[in-house]
Amino acid sequence: MTTEIGRATYAADTETVYASFRRRLLRNKLSLAAFCAIGLLVVIAILAPLIVPLDPNEPDANAVLERPSWAHMLGTDDFGRDELSRIIIASRTDLLVPFVSTLLALAIGSLIGAICGFRGGWLDQIVMRMVDAVMAFPAFVLAMGLTAAIGSSITNLVLVIAVTQIPAYLRQLRAEMLREREMEYAHAARTIGNPTWRIVFIHLFPNCFPTLIVQATLAMGFALLTLAGLSYIGLGIQPPDSEWGEMISEGASLMVTGYWWLSLFPGIAILMTVLIFNLVGDGLRDLLDPRTRGR
Amino acid sequence: MSFLFFVVRRVALLVPTLFGVSVIGFLLAYLLPGNPALVKAGPLATPQYVAEMKHKMGLDQPVHVQYTRYLTGLLHGDLGESSSTGRPVLTDFMQRLPATLELTVASLVLALLLGVPMGVLCAVHRDTVIDHFGRVFSVAGVAMPSFWTGLILIYVFFYLFGIAPAPLGRLDPGISPPVPITGLYTVDALVSGNWHAFQSSLAHLALPSLTLAISVMAPLARMVRAGMLEILETDYVKTAWAFGLPRRLVIYGDALGNAIIPAVTALGVVFGFLMAGNAVVESVFGWPGIGNYAVKSLTMKDSGPIQSYVLLVALMCILVNLLVDLAYSLADPRIRIG
Repeated sequence: MTTEIGRATYAADTETVYASFRRRLLRNKLSLAAFCAIGLLVVIAILAPLIVPLDPNEPDANAVLERPSWAHMLGTDDFGRDELSRIIIASRTDLLVPFVSTLLALAIGSLIGAICGFRGGWLDQIVMRMVDAVMAFPAFVLAMGLTAAIGSSITNLVLVIAVTQIPAYLRQLRAEMLREREMEYAHAARTIGNPTWRIVFIHLFPNCFPTLIVQATLAMGFALLTLAGLSYIGLGIQPPDSEWGEMISEGASLMVTGYWWLSLFPGIAILMTVLIFNLVGDGLRDLLDPRTRGR
Repeated sequence: MSFLFFVVRRVALLVPTLFGVSVIGFLLAYLLPGNPALVKAGPLATPQYVAEMKHKMGLDQPVHVQYTRYLTGLLHGDLGESSSTGRPVLTDFMQRLPATLELTVASLVLALLLGVPMGVLCAVHRDTVIDHFGRVFSVAGVAMPSFWTGLILIYVFFYLFGIAPAPLGRLDPGISPPVPITGLYTVDALVSGNWHAFQSSLAHLALPSLTLAISVMAPLARMVRAGMLEILETDYVKTAWAFGLPRRLVIYGDALGNAIIPAVTALGVVFGFLMAGNAVVESVFGWPGIGNYAVKSLTMKDSGPIQSYVLLVALMCILVNLLVDLAYSLADPRIRIG
């Protein structure tokens, strides 16, 4: 035990936080690859209109349902639209919606969670009972009900996915706050006369942040799966806009007649993206976990 | 603490949750923009007719009166009427529920049959090729959208190999359903000795249940692996090794029983995942369950069934979680204290 503490202190003394972060990142090749892949995905999404080989919405009557070839690397759909171009353009929606909704849920959930955890009392009780009720619904099923009720514009989809995520952050931050507020530094901050908001958001919150970031990264993958699932059953992104789940849905009926490329490739795009989010989340957990820090 | 007291307390704790769930159900069905009166009146209705419809449905009443009405209806089993089938939603649900249950139970059993041995294998052969393969599979399993997995399975087993039946429903056309006893075709066919129907229903059940099983077996396997790794380090397992007991006996006799406990407590969560996956997977396979029914109604601009579906699924999840907790506390008395 003493040696471990000794080693940790030693590492903290001799190495800056940044250097230690970089060293451990380089050690885990898989996480590093995943970090790079996320960067690549973001670049593709930003540059999408510039790098698509063909116009993603331009039908071509001479190239209907073509197999993957040099002219159409991932084939064409039943309107003759180029699949690769559509997948690239769709990456914008498929990254933006999970990202914005996760950010929104993170902000709302951690704000309420922080207040509940720090204050406790009747307010906390009421909010927690509400959270219990929301969590009684499987997330995807709740998302179905909500989009069916409020309609499926992009803004609504962001809101719906955020709502299904809020309880997780709220609970997590509340639990962290309950623990942190009893720590010595929290008592010290109070003793020297800091106002409550300052203790919560300046002193305690930064210590709860690492676990939240891990949770958020993992949740992005889940948000993407929710979005794609909603689009698949016709509640999400509507044609002619492209989204990976929607593209799978369009190709579904053709799959049983042998046109495999229409659904296969957007599915691989989803699989890879979610996989990358999960790997980055796991990697971040290893990086930020104090137990493995300094080793 | 006696078991009875535990049951009473556990059920009492459900009251606020059930209240909250009913409020959310009410919000979804009545308060949010998709105005039910407008839907019921049809797109060509005059504003006057819509107002009349609103009055008839009680939508011009204050919110708490509307909620009371909604709750009373709910308690009497009134989930409203489906405008696409023209029948009470509850009747439609009851007719389709056995199909959903059959699929859910089959995929749960399949997930356990595949996931538990996988977790054990990975733990016993820690950091070998088997373990790495298991890990890749776990990570990929949760990253795959279940509807996509389903489509790939259909392509491979129906289109390419031709060994799976067409993904349309629960039986081949031309085979009449077995005598209804439980509503689960496979069980009914087996009980009544209807061999043809049994074969056909089992074949139809295979791919959808495998699809759902793949999506939930990864977390199960991971939990069993983690539990197993911990148990393998305990003194009593080491003692068992030291006594020279056969490998199989130690792993499956001494270790697995305790390693599996976390996985059992997670069954409620797994059930929730399965129910969430159902709606989509049923649509892929044309499986005539409640999820498929809700999604189909939606494409006909009928949002009533989907709201009842959301509520029903939440209630089923609450019930399953309750049963899991109670069963678990019977098995492990320590829980009752906590």
